[in-house]
Amino acid sequence: MSEQLGQPGITSTSILGNPVLRREDDTLVRGQGRFVGNVPLEGALHVQFVRSTAAHGTIGSIEVDDALAMPGVVAVYTAADLGLDDRPVLMGFYPAEMARPFLARDRVRFVGEPIAVVVAETQYQAADAAETVWADIEPLPPVLGLSDALDGENLLFPDVGHNVAFRNSVEDPFDFSGYEVVVTENIVNSRVAAVSIEPRVVAAGIEDGRLTCWASSQGAHNFRKAVTDLLGIEGEDLRVFVQDIGGGFGAKGVTSEEEVMVVHLARKLGRTVRWTETRTENLTGHVHGRAQEQKVTIAGTSDGDIQAYRLDMLQDCGAYPRFGAFLPEFTRQMASGVYDIERVEVEYTSVVTTTTPVCAYRGAGRPEATAAIERAVDLYAAEIGMDPAEVRRRNLPASSAFPFTNATGTVYDSGEYEMVLDAALEASDYTGLRAEQQRRRDAGDNRQMGIGICVYVEITGFGGSEYGEVSLQADGTVLAVTGSTPIGTGHLTTWAMIVADRLGVPLEAVTVFHGDTDRVPSGQLTGGSRSVQIAGSSMGDAADKLVDLARDAAADLLEAAPDDLVLDRGRGAFHVAGTPSASRSWAEIASEAAEPLVGLSDFVQAGATFPFGAHIAVVEVDTETGQTTVERIVAVDDAGVIVNPLLAAGQVHGGLAQGIAQALLEEVRFDEDGNPQTSNLADYPAISMMEVPSYERSFTETPTPLNPLGAKGIGEAGSIGSTAAVQSAVVDALAPFGIRHLDMPLTPERIWSALQASGA
Amino acid sequence: MSADPYVLRVNGNDHQVPDAHLGESLLWVLRERLGLPGSKNACEEGECGSCSVQIDGELVCSCLVLAAAAVGREVTTIEGLAPDGELADVQRAFVEAGAVQCGFCTPGLLMAVDTLLDELSDDGSVPDDLTVREAISGNLCRCTGYGRILEAVSIAADIRRGESRGDLA
Repeated sequence: MSEQLGQPGITSTSILGNPVLRREDDTLVRGQGRFVGNVPLEGALHVQFVRSTAAHGTIGSIEVDDALAMPGVVAVYTAADLGLDDRPVLMGFYPAEMARPFLARDRVRFVGEPIAVVVAETQYQAADAAETVWADIEPLPPVLGLSDALDGENLLFPDVGHNVAFRNSVEDPFDFSGYEVVVTENIVNSRVAAVSIEPRVVAAGIEDGRLTCWASSQGAHNFRKAVTDLLGIEGEDLRVFVQDIGGGFGAKGVTSEEEVMVVHLARKLGRTVRWTETRTENLTGHVHGRAQEQKVTIAGTSDGDIQAYRLDMLQDCGAYPRFGAFLPEFTRQMASGVYDIERVEVEYTSVVTTTTPVCAYRGAGRPEATAAIERAVDLYAAEIGMDPAEVRRRNLPASSAFPFTNATGTVYDSGEYEMVLDAALEASDYTGLRAEQQRRRDAGDNRQMGIGICVYVEITGFGGSEYGEVSLQADGTVLAVTGSTPIGTGHLTTWAMIVADRLGVPLEAVTVFHGDTDRVPSGQLTGGSRSVQIAGSSMGDAADKLVDLARDAAADLLEAAPDDLVLDRGRGAFHVAGTPSASRSWAEIASEAAEPLVGLSDFVQAGATFPFGAHIAVVEVDTETGQTTVERIVAVDDAGVIVNPLLAAGQVHGGLAQGIAQALLEEVRFDEDGNPQTSNLADYPAISMMEVPSYERSFTETPTPLNPLGAKGIGEAGSIGSTAAVQSAVVDALAPFGIRHLDMPLTPERIWSALQASGA
Repeated sequence: MSADPYVLRVNGNDHQVPDAHLGESLLWVLRERLGLPGSKNACEEGECGSCSVQIDGELVCSCLVLAAAAVGREVTTIEGLAPDGELADVQRAFVEAGAVQCGFCTPGLLMAVDTLLDELSDDGSVPDDLTVREAISGNLCRCTGYGRILEAVSIAADIRRGESRGDLA
């Protein structure tokens, strides 16, 4: 495994850029993480949802009397007596009639949709009672295929009159007939599940007279706002704690209907209640990701100049349009990827189907863009008989072109695309790989080699701010308060590094606080890889503000002008310029200052940042069995300035694995009646250690001008590059058999079938 | 219907389990009755490994074992890896390698690695890549992509061999 980590000791003046070990780990490796399921809640009631086993149907009656008579049962509710209005659609431009009832009302729209809720003294009692709830559901035809949904013969919401949640049309479609080379392909970007290892879990009750909630969410304040808005109460009437969360990946950015209901039940019953979903509920009743059908059209010259690109998308929203309906808009913004293409056109339609709702999953719309354009470029390269690396190189914008406005109007802040491509080609020994590939092809080897290249750019941060407060405590230590919510990413360590660096105090002197809506005034959702660039910059900014206040305080104590004082970060003390002996340390200021010193950030990032990179996948495909082995992943990623390479590399690793997973293994499937076929981890093949190679990766650092750290996001990039690279590699391995495209996941069955069809 | 009270020996201590249902899994009893929530419930069907514990040194998914079936045997959980407060070798290795992200799967992984190293130390061999992968393939981790976990196993194996050499000397 080749890793380029910063070397401790070399950056002697700053801790930034060093692989500092995580402060989070000591409790986690002891099994003492503060996960919601570990919060001791004496006498808590347990919630169990009764879920639809039909994909589509009208509800006649729901019988709950037997359940109410079961031992330990405290309450059973259906839509009729739950006392919650339907949840309005997420975006004002979705049809309002596509609002979602918390418990299905009149009609069920996917298998796994809650239709009743049971509250009992124990989890076993709740589960037993839920089994006795009986619902009379008259089946309706399921709506599964996206073109069927678009046809609108069967409607999920008859009042709307169609199944379209959102669309973006091009007025005057571009004519591709005049180009020398035009290639088209239909591509499925498969539906996958986030599969955080900790499933959804929430608890709520009345603590000290306050409605209080313990959530596993990507944003404590977002969670609070969603819940209080839907319950019709004031934000300050609910206290939300978010401590350790067992993985998010976008899915826990959703405040789900079940979670809202649990808080509602606590309030309604005046008792502490908790709910932990089963893995089957997680895989069928939570949210999925991706789920796009795409058509690419790419045109250019026969010598490798790409001139036009069109992307048509059908987005599957599942039964209720949440964020999923909006995903293709992110895909549109990033449709042309890293390439400088004169003419780009994107159309999309988001439709509802009788399946689990689709939402954000690591990358959320950008992996879909990358997968489409990278496949298109490969197809174009194959068509004109040019090496795919060379085609890519010819169409990259020069580094002098930044800030670069792509053809859909998105402005990329900074980039060195050719640099990362070259670095990846060199690190992989691309020439040598091609020679070995040719040797196997010539020999008719039954283990064919495939090489896939993906050069990606993605959009992160999206601008904005984050609550940041850094204060000097009476004992000389520092308290840093953030509105952000770390989601297993080690940001408590990263932020502490930033604060310690700015102040010149030991890392251990900085405590980071987060995740209590009573203590933290505001906070944003963790998503879009924003936590270092925006939350981190706000921490740094708040620390800078504290330095200014402390300089004034030290000046008072030293009877000097503030402008004459310098902060010696090595000593952690202010002194008069030129006179180091006239100084006040942080501890001295803390004990002597007239008032507490609190720095508050007012940092706002003006726009999005655009990390980029090049991933090369090398796979071996067994042509007799269709089995693919990922032999190598070479990843060169550039997310601007890296604060902690240990943690940043960990993010890349995780993303690479999830990319390989979508490319080769994972897919959420339904049968022709809309029944989930992947409702547990035996059927949904979440990637294991057996399927990943040792990663060969490195960072380059091209700073963004948009924040003082120079940092961009790294949380999603790994999955964006590797998915396309691995898919491309498998197709490349199959090229000698006349196969030009195969959809993900590239399972042995799919590859074997394609080989059979090709006559191999 | 409650079972007769029984005693579970966990991490070297005897725990009375009164008023339990006979059908309760070891995982449930550990977490909900004995106050040992280190073992995690993530699938409850033996597919993810988050609930891994050792029974008489053998790695099991505690969600698939009836608690009552562990009577008379020695159960070791994540809470038992560092009984004196000092992190065990596998725990230290995970921290040093950066093999922890959200940490939810980590206790199960640590128990799996500890078991592997125990088995290997019996014959003093060094785990090769495939052995490690096979031994841990029953533990799903969604955050790390497994890269640093492989590294952590290697570090832990080194530490343990070093210690056993020290014992011999």
